[in-house]
Amino acid sequence: MKMDNKAYLVPNPATPCLPIRIDPELCIRCNICADQCRTDVMVHNPVKGEPPIVLYPDECWLCGTCVEDCPVPGAIRMEHPLSQRVGWKRKETGEYFRLGMKDPPPPYTRPPVG
Amino acid sequence: MADYQELFRENAPEWPYPVNYGKENEISTDVLVIGGGVAGCHAAINAAKRGVKVAIVEKGATVRSGSSGAGVDHWGDAFTNPCSKIDPDQLANRPRKEGVVPLYRNGIVRYITMRESWDALLDVEEMGLEFRDVEDEFAGAPFRDDKTRIMFAYDYEGKTNIRVRSGAKIKPVLHKELKRLGVKIYDRIMGTALLTEGGKQGGRIIGTMGVNIRTGEFYIFKAKATVLTTAQFSGIWVFSTEHIGFASHLDDPNCVGEGSAMAWKAGAELTLMERSRGPVAGGFNWPRFGTGSPTNTWYPCTIVDANGKEVPWVDRKGNVLKTLEERTSNWQSAQPTPELPELIRRGEYVLPLFADLPSMPEHERRAIFGLMVGNEGKTRIPIYDIYTRGGFDPDKDMLQTPLISREAGGEGLGPPMWRTGAAGGGWSGGGLVVDWDLRTNLEGLYAAGNQVGACSGGHPGAAATGRYAGRKAAAYARTVDDTVPDRQQIDEEKARVYEAVGRDGDIGWKELHAGISRVMQIYCGEYKSDKMLRTGLWWLNSIRESEAARTYVRNPHELERYLECLTRLTVSEIIIHASLARKASSRPLDFKRIDHPVPDPPEWNKFLTVSLENGDLKIGELPDNFWVLPPYAPTHRENYEKHCGLED
Repeated sequence: MKMDNKAYLVPNPATPCLPIRIDPELCIRCNICADQCRTDVMVHNPVKGEPPIVLYPDECWLCGTCVEDCPVPGAIRMEHPLSQRVGWKRKETGEYFRLGMKDPPPPYTRPPVG
Repeated sequence: MADYQELFRENAPEWPYPVNYGKENEISTDVLVIGGGVAGCHAAINAAKRGVKVAIVEKGATVRSGSSGAGVDHWGDAFTNPCSKIDPDQLANRPRKEGVVPLYRNGIVRYITMRESWDALLDVEEMGLEFRDVEDEFAGAPFRDDKTRIMFAYDYEGKTNIRVRSGAKIKPVLHKELKRLGVKIYDRIMGTALLTEGGKQGGRIIGTMGVNIRTGEFYIFKAKATVLTTAQFSGIWVFSTEHIGFASHLDDPNCVGEGSAMAWKAGAELTLMERSRGPVAGGFNWPRFGTGSPTNTWYPCTIVDANGKEVPWVDRKGNVLKTLEERTSNWQSAQPTPELPELIRRGEYVLPLFADLPSMPEHERRAIFGLMVGNEGKTRIPIYDIYTRGGFDPDKDMLQTPLISREAGGEGLGPPMWRTGAAGGGWSGGGLVVDWDLRTNLEGLYAAGNQVGACSGGHPGAAATGRYAGRKAAAYARTVDDTVPDRQQIDEEKARVYEAVGRDGDIGWKELHAGISRVMQIYCGEYKSDKMLRTGLWWLNSIRESEAARTYVRNPHELERYLECLTRLTVSEIIIHASLARKASSRPLDFKRIDHPVPDPPEWNKFLTVSLENGDLKIGELPDNFWVLPPYAPTHRENYEKHCGLED
């Protein structure tokens, strides 16, 4: 492993660290996510043509509407903070899983109603 | 470099929006709606349909803000839908029993909701929201009426609770309708103070002032009629962004109480501000509706223990309900046995518990997880989408459920954390006193939704009172002329709003907020006394003079959060004044006075009101059913028909 000895003077991370993540490859810079957010968690990027910045992750209500309203699937996603990840048991086999585990079971793909 | 803040200030990129603190924007309208949630949207839409000019002011983004901004799974109180088996008048006019402690629910809101909930749902259907089972996915299910394709929730016999098939889209649908009707939408503007005629407290309300939370610009809205549909106060007793679970289940952090504070300063009467909510469904623990809560969104899901042993369901009298059919025809009282914690302690049930979706019939499983969880607020993405992507399969998997004291506690036997004061959901908390016109004691000021004191209507209550208040405000606006706001009132508010900008402060808004909440926990917490409450008032005033006057503001967003702290100081003071005035404990109010411990003595079964008159505190009272006492008519129906405004 190559270690870089460069260290930085930075404050502690906000918690949760990154409830909202934007994929700059997929983001089309429409700012819909920033402009529909009730809390202004994201701000428009001061650099024109760049994706919004998740400036206030600590204020996120984790409602997920930014993900729902994003026109490009996968361009923005929400993640529950680690302390919020639930567990479940497969009835037939008794196997126990949790949200965020390594090698999770395959996704369930049926969409919700409506 | 004194601290890292300085370093970052020097190196931070510039705020991305053009900042212009204090620049005045003046808007003139007939009806002004403050608050763009469900109540505000229905108010604006209904006023606009009556041909008046309407503007809506919203701190967040109207397309998604408010308690139902992220969705709604069921629409209650639809007593006038074609399948309903319950008569609202019979329910409203049930004879009052002597000596029974009042529930302190607003009978005006309740009756309006029962009469107009279904109409409001038809309104949104016309706007494009499909709430019926249009694709016949649930054909033949016991909760579906095959003729109308309406699907019912909770109580399949009474049929007053309707499942909302596309409820996750409710706010975008309302938003589109606002635009279609030409309502002027002013997003990202936080109302800070109402304009009163002549600048006088108690005078007619002639609009509001506000600040843009992205640009810092100042707004003056002149209006003939104003409808206050802001959120109920929240975040008064607890604040933490570090304690994760806080933001994921607790109320929208934007619900501060600006409406109550603005109305208070203008001279409006508030009631039930002393009410607490006690330990309630939801705490600091898990994503909202994300743990198989069988008394609401996951109703009536079977719960099993670690060994697959089924937890019995009981009715209010403790009778065991053996079948699923018994649960769904008995909603008012059916629940997993409240003795469960004791049974676990005795070893009869083994932790952890699970919501056993796979054991449910297919239509129930799909209704619970696909429809309800798929459309309820904060569940389509956070629960349905994220859980299923993460491998949760509702057909195969049982979700771990911390089912103690409803879904309040953590897994196991931990007590739910005492907290109080919540926005959303309509839990009959503190707010404005209104009459049968939904008008406050101030001319020109109407209220709807959670802003109304003792409102317990939830989503349909907000929708129904919103459409009613919109009608009333539009009718009133036609009877009055424009009024010129008082320049001194504007200048004083501007001085207050911008005082912190550029100030060399040493405290951030988060510390200020946490400090205010700490004072409320200590001095106005679960157990209250005259001495402690008065000491709490002293602390709040002292914080206002000291730390609040040293809070820094580095951009318009921090200005918003700082002003919200000032609002929380005001709301906290109102709560303490109201708590001091009620010199008796009360069970339904979750109000415990150490110095007046006897709960609910009959002479205290009444609403107390608090208001300012010429700057002085005024305490008043109203009978616990004032809405059917003189000067009003003796029945709900008579009052409704006289005031509802549907004749014009």
